[in-house]
Amino acid sequence: MSMLAVMRFCLSETPIDVPAERAALAHPAAGALVAFEGWVRDHNAGRAVQRLDYQAYGALAQSQGEAILAEAGQRFGVRKVACVHRVGRLEIGDLAVWAGASADHRDAAFAACRWIIDEVKRRVPIWKNEHYADGASGWLHPDDTPVHGGS
Amino acid sequence: MKLQLVYFASLADAAGCAREERESTARTPRELYAEVAAVHAFSLPPERLRVAVNDALVGWDHALAEDDEVVFLPPVSGG
Repeated sequence: MSMLAVMRFCLSETPIDVPAERAALAHPAAGALVAFEGWVRDHNAGRAVQRLDYQAYGALAQSQGEAILAEAGQRFGVRKVACVHRVGRLEIGDLAVWAGASADHRDAAFAACRWIIDEVKRRVPIWKNEHYADGASGWLHPDDTPVHGGS
Repeated sequence: MKLQLVYFASLADAAGCAREERESTARTPRELYAEVAAVHAFSLPPERLRVAVNDALVGWDHALAEDDEVVFLPPVSGG
């Protein structure tokens, strides 16, 4: 049975408040917090990246994100989970996504956090448009992961 | 029937718009995608897309209804 107390997924047009996100995962029974930060890097696939834009399908991103967090609660004995993903224009070094899980012990926290960020990248409808040093830009539509069908 | 289409990422670039209303005889997302892919020269095959109707993921043979909002989702790249 899930002992998940709180789950929170959101898209943010403003910088992610990491101390606030971290504090929201506090729980008296939790002995571990594992968080992942995804940062904007200055290169991808051999090209120099200057900045990027994230575009999201807001309503579906919200429901998919909440479904992932609820499923994490079922799978991993965690106390609280959260994930925030930026949308809009980001610069090199900006925090693009934050995911965290608190649990009684570290094994569940590590496993849940890893699984959440993997599922968010795989399922949540958010797209990255990279702007390159040569002036070109392009939407990334990776084909190395399976695309899931509907119900 | 009248259908609302919303496009994201490369599909919005190819369509030249983020949203359009179409009068269509398509009964399913599969038929609708074939129609709009021909109109807008979309290069992504349906096998690489997912489809949502009224903000919920559906199968390609879902029955469309008047004024449904249909979104074809290219492979995602968040994170």
